Amino acid sequence: MGTFFSIIVMAVLVNNFVVVQFLGICPFLGVSKKTSSALGMGVAVTLVMTITCLITYPLYEYILVPLGLEYLEIIVFIFVIAALVQMIERAIRKFSPPLYRAMGIYLPLITTNCAVLGVAELVIDKAQMMSLLGITSMNVGVAVLYGLFAGVGFTVSIVIMSGLREKIDRLKLPKALKGFPITMLAACFMAMGFYVFNMIG
Amino acid sequence: MTGQRFKQISLDGLLRNNPTFRLVLGTCPTLALSTAAFNGIGMGLAVTFILICSNVLISLLRKAIPNAVRIPAFVIIIATFVTIVRMVLDKFIPSLYESMGVYLPLIVVNCIILGRAESFASKNKVLDSALDGLFTGLGFTCALTLLGIIREVLGSGAIFGYQLWDFRIGFFSSSAGAFFVYGMSIALFNHIYSKIENKLRSKNFEARIMQKPDIGEPENELADQAEEAQNAALQTAPDQNAPTAAANAGHDNGGEA
Repeated sequence: MGTFFSIIVMAVLVNNFVVVQFLGICPFLGVSKKTSSALGMGVAVTLVMTITCLITYPLYEYILVPLGLEYLEIIVFIFVIAALVQMIERAIRKFSPPLYRAMGIYLPLITTNCAVLGVAELVIDKAQMMSLLGITSMNVGVAVLYGLFAGVGFTVSIVIMSGLREKIDRLKLPKALKGFPITMLAACFMAMGFYVFNMIG
Repeated sequence: MTGQRFKQISLDGLLRNNPTFRLVLGTCPTLALSTAAFNGIGMGLAVTFILICSNVLISLLRKAIPNAVRIPAFVIIIATFVTIVRMVLDKFIPSLYESMGVYLPLIVVNCIILGRAESFASKNKVLDSALDGLFTGLGFTCALTLLGIIREVLGSGAIFGYQLWDFRIGFFSSSAGAFFVYGMSIALFNHIYSKIENKLRSKNFEARIMQKPDIGEPENELADQAEEAQNAALQTAPDQNAPTAAANAGHDNGGEA
């Protein structure tokens, strides 16, 4: 149980995917204009990240490593993610049209989101996982849990950012600061906030 | 290839469409690897190499790849080159391999490479595409190195690993410092860029006024006008596109595949 909570805190707050590890910055800057769309994007990314970990971790551990094909990991992973995103999109469109209307448009954006490939690469790297989560052994359960809560961390930060931007957009700003620069500055203060969580543990 | 075309491609890659400062693409490695100048150069050169290779190959195959599956095809081509670079770095520069960590495989989903493949290499000749890859990559490398130097000097009092002084501001090495330095650099770059652009435009305008009564050399005037029109087109194009293009790129970079 202790490990469970430590994974949650480490993944969501201490090593937040966006503001601490700089993964998934593109949607963080691109799809954070409105809170509703930020939430949709966050949920879609979380879903894909969880399922990606569920597939890529066993694929790497039980197929690529025994066969000595580790060098193929990038190509295999990107292939898995692309196929997965397509399948999820089809499935959601078939089974739940309202859900598809809510988050369907964000799904195609996810294939080349660095957060998804990033989490797939991180969970197979034992040294990285040890420093990120403070655990000693890896298994599929931890990988999936990490995928899920890293996604939650992504959602938390993108939703906070969208709230900030809704306010920022109404400010009077010098021309040079408009758009990305002021968003980066807002992200800077968010990162400072998250930095405080380093004192946990 | 004419000199004009060369000038256009090189200026586009380095300044007008600078991937880091103007288009704000490939932000993840920019923020993560600008902690030290050496990391910035390493990442920049890795991206440049992959960009040239993928641009050349995609340009060669542009008639062979069916339109419907072009994005998956581009991604596989890019992933292949990333794998090659990863193996080479692992073998020959292990220190850089270590510090690049997870961001090395993430070059596959770097928006710059897919963006250039989609918007340039799949429509242009091989030599043009190679040059476009080279200069876009160099634009990225310069920007990353610049950010790396700023953060390394302020954050750890060193430059390229050579210790300058003991004074250091930890903020600039932290993730918050990354956002701060990057954001301010974009603002500064765009400010200077728009100043220069305005100056050029007003100079062009003056030149046109001065030349109006000069009917003596019609050929020359025609050539001037043509050049002017081209300049104007070049200058206004990024203007109209830059903010939306950048924003869209932010959305699309993910979406295209």
